[in-house]
Amino acid sequence: MADNSNTFKVRVITPDRTFFEGEALMVEFNTTEGEIGIYKNHVPMTVIIRPGVLTITGEDVKKAALHSGFVEILQDSVTILAEVIEWPDEIDEMRAMAAKERAERLLSERDPKTDIARAETALARAMARINVIK
Amino acid sequence: MASMRDIKRRRSSIQSTGQITKAMKLVSTVKLQRTKQAAINSKSYFDYMYKTVSSMLAKAGEIDHPYVKGNGQLRKAVVMITGNRGLAGGYNSNVVKLLTGSELKKEDLVIYTLGKKGREAMNRRGYELSDDYSSMIDAPEYVDAMRLSSVLLNAYKAGEIGEIYLAYTNFKNTVVHEPKLIKLLPVDEKGGIEGPIEDDGKAYAPMNFEPEEEEALELIIPKYVTSIIYGGMIESVASENGARMQAMDNATTNAEEMIEKLTLQYNRARQGSITQELTEIIAGSQAQN
Repeated sequence: MADNSNTFKVRVITPDRTFFEGEALMVEFNTTEGEIGIYKNHVPMTVIIRPGVLTITGEDVKKAALHSGFVEILQDSVTILAEVIEWPDEIDEMRAMAAKERAERLLSERDPKTDIARAETALARAMARINVIK
Repeated sequence: MASMRDIKRRRSSIQSTGQITKAMKLVSTVKLQRTKQAAINSKSYFDYMYKTVSSMLAKAGEIDHPYVKGNGQLRKAVVMITGNRGLAGGYNSNVVKLLTGSELKKEDLVIYTLGKKGREAMNRRGYELSDDYSSMIDAPEYVDAMRLSSVLLNAYKAGEIGEIYLAYTNFKNTVVHEPKLIKLLPVDEKGGIEGPIEDDGKAYAPMNFEPEEEEALELIIPKYVTSIIYGGMIESVASENGARMQAMDNATTNAEEMIEKLTLQYNRARQGSITQELTEIIAGSQAQN
C-alpha cells in the first residue's frame, strides 16, 4: 500500500462471523503484557488477549468487550481472532454487575477452595463488560 | 400376475414412503443452507488460526514443549464426529470405516464420540469409548468445542493420552463430502492439518511474539485445538445435511420410478380383467342363443 494515509485495515473475526471489518487510525486493547495501542506501521507481532475493552478509532470510535483470543499485527493490517467478543448492545449490564460482585466476594473471602485464577478472569471479564457500557 | 388390489396397495404404500422422503429432502435442504452458511462464515477464522499456528511452529522448531514434542504416552484419543440420526446415505458409516480402516490400533484408542450413530457403531466393534458428547452436534456452539477441548487437553497434560485425533467429514461442496482423520496434538512442525488453505504467496514477514513463543504456544494451542474441533463440528453438520439431502433425493426418484411401473402394471391388470369380463358375457350370451 503506497498511500500516505494513516489508516490501516482492521479485521475482527470470530468463529461464527466477521465481527468488524474496516479502516482505522488506531486500535487499543488489553494483552497479557498490558494495554497497548496500535498505529499504522507497527512492528509485526502476535499478541495474546486479556479481557478488556477493544477500541477502534476510525471515522468514529467503536468499542467492544473483548474477552479472549489473539491478535496478529502487521504493518498495514491488524487481525483480531476473537474467541469471545461483544458489542455494547449485546451486553446485559445487570448480569455483568452481579458477576463482578460475585467475583470480588470470592476473591476477598480468600477461601483456599476457590479457584483464584478463574475468579480473577471472571472479574476481568465483568469489568471489561462494565467499562464498555460506560 | 398380481391382482389389481395387491398392486394398488403396494402403489399407495410406496407413494406415502415417497412423500416422507420428499419431505425429509426438503427439510435437509433448508438445514443445509443454514449450516453451509455457518461453515462459510467460520472459514476465515480457521484459515487465520492455521496460518498463525504454522508460522509460529515454523519458528518454534527448537521449542521443547509437550504440545510439540509429545509426552510419550501410547494411548490415543480420537474425537469422532458423526450424526445422531441415520438415513443420510454413507455419511455415518464412512467415518466409522475411516477409523476402523486406519493405521491406529484398536487397543490404543479411546474414542470421544459426538453423534449417537458413531457411538453405537464403535461400541458394537468393541472400541473403548469415553464420554458421550452427542448432544453438542444438534446445534454446535463454540463453547461446546471449548468444553471438549479443555477435557482433552487436561487428559493430555495429565499424561493419560499421548495423541489427539479428529475424525470428521470435510464439507467440500454440496455434493462432495469426504471423511477425514487429522492429528491435533502433538502438532507437527509443518503444521498439524492439511486444509483448504489458499496460499496467498506473500512471504511471511518475520513475526515477533509477545509473550515469547513458548508461552504464546501454551496459550494459543488450546485455542487452535478448540477451533479445529469446532470447525470439524460445523463442517460435519453441513455434510450430514448434504448427504441426507442426496440420499432422500435418490429415494424419492426411486419411489417415483416404482410408482410409474406399478401404475402401468395396474392398468394392464385392469384392462385384462375388463377384457376377460367381456369375453365371459359374450360367451354367456352366445351360449343362450
